[in-house]
Amino acid sequence: MSQPAVQPVPASPTPEGGHLLEVRDLHVEFRTGEGVAKVINGVSYHLDAGETLAVLGESGSGKSVTAQAIMGILDTPPAHVRAGQIRYRGRDLLGQSEEQRRQVRGKEIAMIFQDALSALNPVFPVGWQVGETLRQREGMSRADARARTVELMDLVRIPAAASRLGDYPHQFSGGMRQRVMIAMALALNPKVLIADEPTTALDVTVQAQIMDLLADLRRDLDMAMILITHDLGVVAGVADRIAVMYAGRIVEHADVRSLYRAPAHPYTKGLLESIPRLDVRGQALSTIKGLPPNLMRIPSGCPFHPRCPYVQQVCVDVVPHDLVLGDGRTSACHFAQEVHDDSAR
Amino acid sequence: MLRFILRRLLQMVLAFFGTTLIVYALMFAGQGDPIQALAGERPVTAAQRAYLTEKFHLDATGVGGFFYRYFDYLKNLLQGDLGQSLTGRQIGDILAAAWPVTVKLALIAMAVTIVFGVTAGVIAGIRRAGIFDNATLVLTLLVLGIPTIVLAPLAQYLLGVRWQLFPPTAGADPDLYALLLPGIVLGSLSLATALRLTRTSVAENLRADYVRTARSKGLVKRRIVGVHVLRNSLIPVVTFLGVELGNLMSGAIITEGVFNIPGVGFNLFRGIRTEDGPLVVGIVSVLVVVYLVSNLVVDVLYAVLDPRIRYE
Repeated sequence: MSQPAVQPVPASPTPEGGHLLEVRDLHVEFRTGEGVAKVINGVSYHLDAGETLAVLGESGSGKSVTAQAIMGILDTPPAHVRAGQIRYRGRDLLGQSEEQRRQVRGKEIAMIFQDALSALNPVFPVGWQVGETLRQREGMSRADARARTVELMDLVRIPAAASRLGDYPHQFSGGMRQRVMIAMALALNPKVLIADEPTTALDVTVQAQIMDLLADLRRDLDMAMILITHDLGVVAGVADRIAVMYAGRIVEHADVRSLYRAPAHPYTKGLLESIPRLDVRGQALSTIKGLPPNLMRIPSGCPFHPRCPYVQQVCVDVVPHDLVLGDGRTSACHFAQEVHDDSAR
Repeated sequence: MLRFILRRLLQMVLAFFGTTLIVYALMFAGQGDPIQALAGERPVTAAQRAYLTEKFHLDATGVGGFFYRYFDYLKNLLQGDLGQSLTGRQIGDILAAAWPVTVKLALIAMAVTIVFGVTAGVIAGIRRAGIFDNATLVLTLLVLGIPTIVLAPLAQYLLGVRWQLFPPTAGADPDLYALLLPGIVLGSLSLATALRLTRTSVAENLRADYVRTARSKGLVKRRIVGVHVLRNSLIPVVTFLGVELGNLMSGAIITEGVFNIPGVGFNLFRGIRTEDGPLVVGIVSVLVVVYLVSNLVVDVLYAVLDPRIRYE
């Protein structure tokens, strides 16, 4: 393991152009009657063609909100994009008209959601719902859309797809419903697929099937994928890189191998240590103490400091920059190197 | 679906016997001497009394006698014979004259409810917390707060007598124009409820997850609202409208009374006022059937609109 020197870098270290999708210094807040919740506070990440980026974080860390900002489907109000850029093929989506953004949805960037039962319209047959995208966006005839829908449902491995076109979402099992969602997202051959906790509502064996399916489809259709999850186990086999989010920031960003081998942020370290392991017996499972921060009153300095075992006075006073640790991995921790070295031991 | 309807039909039979039994019992329980009631103030001869006692099986007394007469009544009812009112007219004839008027009135009220209530509800739901939403909230609360017994004479006085825009009363065999004002008054209550219901339902569905999915499919807003949201939002509204149509079909006692419309409610009220037992029981029996049928229609419609309850 190399021991690169720690050096501070600007908030958005990626060079101009090149990336398929790039989020730069995104700030989103929710303005409600009780106050302003700063949900996204300077998130930057990028996605290249053909790769899978996992965005990891607990509930409320802002991973879904970032994705919805990319799709342009945030409810505004209360959500408000305060600053930042979302560049797709070099163009800033945030500067585009609603009509231009609508064209991007589904066709360039598509999204699947956590709970397919509520994400599908309960009163329309699934075949109709998948076909609707084709009819409305591509102007396909009913017959053509129907034929293509069967193809798509075969593609996501729904058995006897043709005979299930007329069934309603509630008549499918959880896994099959998520496959319908995936078929719907793939209808217009998107270049980017955002999967927002696609397996959270499913039981473990089905989770694995859906993850395998997504990985296969990503490869076969040459898409790039953003996989949003709070489950480290889901990520390992599928993702190329991981961005860990906490309190609306990316706290650590690394390729999967290095991150699993030696996390460089105390939060990531805590997450990895809280996974139950079969090879460690007779020890209490370690947990991250405390609760996620209230986004209306984010702690000063490093937002993780109240829960952090490495906390020093500097953590309370100064917001940490992203520190580059080599191999392009970054960690927003004043003690990134120490944490990394501790973990590598 | 067929089993669903069959089961509902069986429940209807039970409900029919139950309600008619209760109405029959209530109407005749407190009655001292039905033969004297039939004759009014005139004396009844012994021969007449003997004849009527036998005709109506009044010689059987107690609970047994009550059921004997109830089954007599049911037997006639099932043969389509509603019997005679105390005035001597066939109840079937009275209803045949009254029902078309009530149906016309109900349809006007229904049209008003759908055209104005549901439309305004959809707009208020889309523009939640806007000026239109708040204005309709105040107006509907006002309408819901005024009882028909106040609203009907008020409308009659202002629009019928003072400004003479509509005929103030309908009278025998009224035309559509004469029924317009009473129809609007009658419809205003269900209009207000339908508006609130539609508004809430639309606002709720706009926040649903499937709307987010529809947006991420890149559909235009008009289609998301007009197809996805509306189709879901109208499920409770259609249910309400179905029940409401049943209500309206059974006559509006106050509105028909105020505007002097010879409909079902008007005749029912007259029956109650003149203690005309056979007329009241006759009308109510038919009303029970109307209610049961309209509820069945609503249930079937609900199952058609919402696939989730189809295969319970």
